[in-house]
Amino acid sequence: MIKLIIRRLLFLITVIWAASTIVFFIPRISQKNPVRERFATLAISGGFSPKDLEVIIASYNTKFGLDKPLFEQYTDYLSSISRFDLGVSYNKYPRTVLELIMDSLPWTIVLLLVTTVLSFVIGNLLGAIAAWPRAPRWLRTFATPFILLQGVPPVLMGVLLLFFIGFKLKLAPLGGAYSTGVIPDWSSLTFIWDVVWHQILPGLALLLGSVGGWTLSMRGMGITIQGEDYVNFAEHKGLGGYTIFKDYYLRNALLPQATGLALALGGVVVSAIVIESQFGLPGIGRVLDAAIRSNDFLVIYGVVLFVTIAVATLMVLMEFIYPLLDPRIRNE
Amino acid sequence: MTPVLQIKNLQVSYYTDAGRARALDGVDLTLTAGEKLGLVGESGSGKSTMALAMMRMIKPPGRIEGGQVIVDGTDLMTLSEQTMLKARLSKIAYIPQGAMNSLNPVTRIGAQMVDAIKAHDEGSSRADIDRRCKLALESVDLSSSVFKMYAHELSGGMKQRACIAISILLKPKVIIADEPTSALDVVTQRQVMETIDRVQKQIGAAVILIGHDMGLMAQFVDKVAVMYTGRIMELSSVRDMFTDPKHPYAQALIRSLPNLENKGVFNGIPGMAPALLQLPGGCAFHPRCSKVMENCKTQRPPSTNISGGRILECHLYSEKA
Amino acid sequence: MTTVSLAQPEIIQPSRLTLIFRYMRRNKGLAVGLFILLLLVIFTVYGMATADLKHAYPITVKSKQPPSWEFPLGTDFFGRDLYVAMIVGLKETALIGLLAGGLGTMVGVVLGFISAYFGGWLDMIIKGICQILTPIPALLIQIIIAGSLDKRDVTIYTMAFVVVLLAWMGPTLVIRAQVLTMKERQFVSVAKLSGMGDLGIIFSEILPNLLPFIAASFVNQVFYAVFASFYLAVLGLGPLREPLLGNTIWAAQGQSAFFNNWWWWPLFPALALVLVLGSLALINMGMDELANPRVRKTE
Repeated sequence: MIKLIIRRLLFLITVIWAASTIVFFIPRISQKNPVRERFATLAISGGFSPKDLEVIIASYNTKFGLDKPLFEQYTDYLSSISRFDLGVSYNKYPRTVLELIMDSLPWTIVLLLVTTVLSFVIGNLLGAIAAWPRAPRWLRTFATPFILLQGVPPVLMGVLLLFFIGFKLKLAPLGGAYSTGVIPDWSSLTFIWDVVWHQILPGLALLLGSVGGWTLSMRGMGITIQGEDYVNFAEHKGLGGYTIFKDYYLRNALLPQATGLALALGGVVVSAIVIESQFGLPGIGRVLDAAIRSNDFLVIYGVVLFVTIAVATLMVLMEFIYPLLDPRIRNE
Repeated sequence: MTPVLQIKNLQVSYYTDAGRARALDGVDLTLTAGEKLGLVGESGSGKSTMALAMMRMIKPPGRIEGGQVIVDGTDLMTLSEQTMLKARLSKIAYIPQGAMNSLNPVTRIGAQMVDAIKAHDEGSSRADIDRRCKLALESVDLSSSVFKMYAHELSGGMKQRACIAISILLKPKVIIADEPTSALDVVTQRQVMETIDRVQKQIGAAVILIGHDMGLMAQFVDKVAVMYTGRIMELSSVRDMFTDPKHPYAQALIRSLPNLENKGVFNGIPGMAPALLQLPGGCAFHPRCSKVMENCKTQRPPSTNISGGRILECHLYSEKA
Repeated sequence: MTTVSLAQPEIIQPSRLTLIFRYMRRNKGLAVGLFILLLLVIFTVYGMATADLKHAYPITVKSKQPPSWEFPLGTDFFGRDLYVAMIVGLKETALIGLLAGGLGTMVGVVLGFISAYFGGWLDMIIKGICQILTPIPALLIQIIIAGSLDKRDVTIYTMAFVVVLLAWMGPTLVIRAQVLTMKERQFVSVAKLSGMGDLGIIFSEILPNLLPFIAASFVNQVFYAVFASFYLAVLGLGPLREPLLGNTIWAAQGQSAFFNNWWWWPLFPALALVLVLGSLALINMGMDELANPRVRKTE
């Protein structure tokens, strides 16, 4: 067991190293100088002369160590990452990238947690029912169409929901974290309700956009499991349909799905990020969106690296939880 | 002796893209308490279909088209879906073919015995149920500690015995064992067969043993039924079947068994089993039969009783009768 | 002794076409998916032939017009005819999908083959890289790549390339697993024993048997490519001048289209994408059922 933990931790470190290296080298391959780009835009709008520009760029290059040889930059970069130092924002200097992320993180975590749990539970239940030949016909006809949602990614779902529910029916706000003009006050129930109210559409978009994937994969899993000998034998034992469904079929089919949850995490996080920028929610997504729009490169790299590390860590953690669910692995 | 099991004109068809396949084509069978019947035949002859039909567990695209399965005076085919659930395991039990994989891998063996009892009588106390489970485990030579174990902790033979223990939990009148030893090694096969034999005697149930292994079967059953294309061609006592088979197909089948006298000679049956989608008319065996006659090609032979309690479906004998 | 007839009674097999038709009737997903895709292709080809494609670009028509007879899907803030923009956008989406999908599948097939067939340290390296890259969310890395490119340089082709860079691991692992099982099958051993060379075995024995998996992988990759390019575009990382469907939605959101009552602007491209992705998903599911009979429906 200890050997396994060490192996997985080494794997995690390798993944983080690989991700950091990709994030470090890709921008440098593309010969685009983020500092120059940034100040060039400022120069156009702010009206300072090209000569000033060169001076400013040179001072920034020294400050951020961009004038050192590439390899030294790389080692500096790796050591700063190991200290959780993701640099500072050009745009919101002197705020650090980590600060920006930490400010917005709670919003993203709540949104992700609620929608992922709901979508996992609902999607797997629907998929299990869709594949279960003894489920009542009406229930199966109800469950099966959810598979089609798999073709509609959350962001598209967002556009459709915005149109039908937000725009046509006016049942939900079109965006923002809370109503305009409201002063944030977390002790007031009206304010909290207002926030929840604004989360419903993006949450629904994420939920509906990801539930189909679970339905589909669970249906496939269910079709395999229902052909297993133990499900058959359970029926030979004269067990009722509900017991077989719950104890023999669902339990076994859910195990591989739990691994799937780890793998799906990356996609869900990215969807949440795009959804946040789409709905103007103050999560990591908006930090990234703002950074992309204003060429704030260290923030882009920092957010990507942070999310990557978080996802990879969660995946490895889930691998430790998995044996607790499956007695066959637990004993090894 | 009153029969505990009577099967009358049982018919099952499978509906496929290419048409309707008659998997069971009018089967009749009678067993008394404690009697052991071996069911043999080539793959696809309808043995497993018969087992599933008796449990009323034929799944679409298959369908039970007609007939009766009377266990202990009740015709299972007339029961409601709910009563049929109760009849499984308590009247008629099934020992599965793939014992390696027949136990739920994620719950304890005990839980899989308890849920079986609970599904049939809700009144018993938990302590009573546990006691019955452990007794059943002991009667198949498993220690009662197996109750708390998982399937992957048991060997192949132990898993199969656990399945037997489950199937006798409610002392059924009829036990169907569908190739119960197919995945086991020779020594374990013998132990499992002895276990079935012993528990069957304890509870006095009739047993239908389905299998390919005629040698193993000869040692355990009283009667043998030979199936071909969903029909029982010959039903005789073990001794009669092995020393003096009457039906040409049964003769060919027995002749194809290896024995010590003519070592190295392998007598196969010429031709191939016909596709069920389009059976030859008359007697389904006639294209391969060495004693084929004109009326074999057009008329299906009736089921005929001959001396020694033997039943045959062959024109050779129906004419003499 | 009478002669034993060995003749099998003839089984009347329904014609191939009838069987395909019957299969399609059961595998409704595949049929519906192919049908929708066909309609989209017809729409795009017809539009390319009849419409003035210049109107897909800014300041060519009157701006902010709701759907009408003149502009069936309306026009946007920048003066683009959204009907023409959709035609061009669908064409470009198809281009990215086929290009990235094809490339990704090709890389996957080659690497999967090499990895599984030759084994050893090559296999270790390829498998290792796949495993390390799998936990890294590809879309995030693509954001970095796309964001590092000069916005003026981003074209449909760079877009396809960006998508492919991190999308070959899936097909590689699938093909690798299939080749591994196939290597153990008897027909391959027989070919080896009869002195056939590695290339001969790969092309005449293994590849034909892999075709269903390669086809399924390809459809999957096309779906993924369309999906990924849409996400990049909707974040404003696409080729900004092109009327790619995702770009149109990004532009509409940038101008707060719903707040301003220009609902048609983001809605129609979104619906078109739903049809594209939906049909691909249906075909994908249908192919899965074909390539993997275990999930075939029993009814």
